[in-house]
Amino acid sequence: MSSFPSGPVKQVVGRTLVIRGEDIDTDRIIPARFLKCVSFDALGDQVFADDRRECKGEHPFDQERFQGASILVVNGNFGCGSSREHAPQALMRWGIRAVVGVSFAEIFHGNCLALGIPCATAPAAEVESIQQRVMEAPHLSWSLDLELERLTSEDQQWGIAVDEGPRQMLLNGRWDATSQLLAHGSEIQKLMQGLPYIDGFSNS
Amino acid sequence: MQLSGLSSGTLYDKVWDLHRVTELPGGSTQLFVGLHLIHEVTSPQAFAALRDKGLSVRCPERTVATVDHIVPTTSQSRPFADPLAEEMLSTLECNCADHGITLHGIGSGRQGIVHVIAPELGLTQPGMTVACGDSHTSTHGAFGAIAFGIGTSQVRDVLASQSLAMSKLKVRRIKVNGRLADGVSAKDLILHVIRTLGVKGGVGFAYEFAGPAVEALSMEERMTLCNMAIEGGARCGYVNPDQVTFDYLNGRAGVPSGAAWDRAVTWWRSLVSDPDAVVDDEVVFDAASIAPTVTWGITPGQGLGIDECVPGLEQLEPGERPIAEEAYRYMDLQPGTAIAGVPVDVCFIGSCTNGRLSDLRAAAAVALGRHVAVGIKAFVVPGSEQVAKAAEAEGLDRVFLDAGFEWREPGCSMCLAMNSDRLEGRQISASSSNRNFKGRQGSASGRTLLMSPAMVAAAAVHGQVIDVRTLSLQVTV
Repeated sequence: MSSFPSGPVKQVVGRTLVIRGEDIDTDRIIPARFLKCVSFDALGDQVFADDRRECKGEHPFDQERFQGASILVVNGNFGCGSSREHAPQALMRWGIRAVVGVSFAEIFHGNCLALGIPCATAPAAEVESIQQRVMEAPHLSWSLDLELERLTSEDQQWGIAVDEGPRQMLLNGRWDATSQLLAHGSEIQKLMQGLPYIDGFSNS
Repeated sequence: MQLSGLSSGTLYDKVWDLHRVTELPGGSTQLFVGLHLIHEVTSPQAFAALRDKGLSVRCPERTVATVDHIVPTTSQSRPFADPLAEEMLSTLECNCADHGITLHGIGSGRQGIVHVIAPELGLTQPGMTVACGDSHTSTHGAFGAIAFGIGTSQVRDVLASQSLAMSKLKVRRIKVNGRLADGVSAKDLILHVIRTLGVKGGVGFAYEFAGPAVEALSMEERMTLCNMAIEGGARCGYVNPDQVTFDYLNGRAGVPSGAAWDRAVTWWRSLVSDPDAVVDDEVVFDAASIAPTVTWGITPGQGLGIDECVPGLEQLEPGERPIAEEAYRYMDLQPGTAIAGVPVDVCFIGSCTNGRLSDLRAAAAVALGRHVAVGIKAFVVPGSEQVAKAAEAEGLDRVFLDAGFEWREPGCSMCLAMNSDRLEGRQISASSSNRNFKGRQGSASGRTLLMSPAMVAAAAVHGQVIDVRTLSLQVTV
């Protein structure tokens, strides 16, 4: 598995796997019992734990042909429900470095961005054709290019979209927001002085 | 104190502008967070990241902690029987002590579900930005705060900088005309809204709940409404503050008094959406047409009025059909099955959606003089120590116990089943919580029917889903 994202994310290259279904929630991605932990380290093995157990080895995350994949292709409203960052953490620790789908739940999308994982969208019909191509030829190497907003397999390509803000942050390596937020301490101080609730409305 | 210079607009616009620190390279906005709430599940990795980066907590007085997700609801004596749960709580205790953060722990009289305690302690106030590593942070929007769930990396950012990188949402007004009928609650209203607009209909929006039916709701009902905005895809939902809001807040621990109170109310009023504020979308509902609503499937959008039947594929939009088919299989409910009469095994009253005093009163009114049906496990988990105390003071615990319900200690409990309260095998629950996802209540094949607390109590005494309006109530609350 490649190291976790750091610095500019311009391209994600690797094999692809497919999880089909609308409204796949973060309880599905990582059931709540695995949230009993003070570190994210062990989550990679537990991603989609209940679905995988039900599929008895036939879940995409268990199938031999998808081992080592780094691009996940999903459908609509992926990652809805709980805000648990454990969900993208579990995907990342399994090996996922980019997600392509029809749409994403907002909190999940933000959590992915905070880890340097792009969430790219494409219309439903395009996603369907991408998924079909992956299933036909799971051995293909794919490339998700953030600069060109393009997903390419060896012989085909699709246009994808990444929200402009996140796209720039990923390209510039500024997706880890902490240092940017810390750079504006004096502005925060000033803003707090203008918010009357900060001192309990004590100033008339 | 500045009152002038506020632009005309929605409350969302005004609060956003007041908390905007700067525009960050890349297009997001740095937003100041007025109140940061933390709990044991989504904070430990954030504190660890601070340590790794050598950072401190910028405003420890603006972060408040409690423990809710993993606490047992039977015996809460320490150490907990579950060593992992004990480790999580002790980690939170250490982190709060190290950084000077107030922790409302077990037995403090102030512990409870984070979205129950912050309002009851007067921490949540109109015009604030509120963030918490929990998606149901939308609850606090009931006060006219802009409140949203965040992930753990963002918890780290708020601890370090008291701010977040955010993108502004659009605003959709959900206008509810008329008035809810007797026996129909805020829970039914929000389940109806989600059913109508879909679980992804709100993505990209903040929901402004407005109109006569919303104005007529109590604060606790407004919290139920905003709590589940996220289940409709809207990261935050809010209600403009009014006299109901101010009456709720007046006298609470964290709320100013005297001349400061008057200044607070003046400021809060100034933030209300202007009559001419432009919203990006508006959807109108008629409250009188809403029936007690129950989910039949595996998303909170798969809801039915109590008189309806599980829909067939032909009644659904093409995009909804695959998940409906998945729900038929998982729930073992076939198209055409009436939702009334579906048998249940477990009845759960509690959660950040419906674990407040008025919720327990509504359920107790149904339980009074009745008994839980044979073979049904029914339990009540107050949302906080304060809720438990108030309920016990008016004898609600006795009503529940006499009726065969268990009366538990406060926590999140079987809403997400991180403690030992969980479904077994394919058990089916009637639950006053917020999510009916596959496996949500602790069993990979467990099934959940979401409904109001009064409807859960009615299901408990009848052993099946039943219209609470058909039961006569000995007391009215």
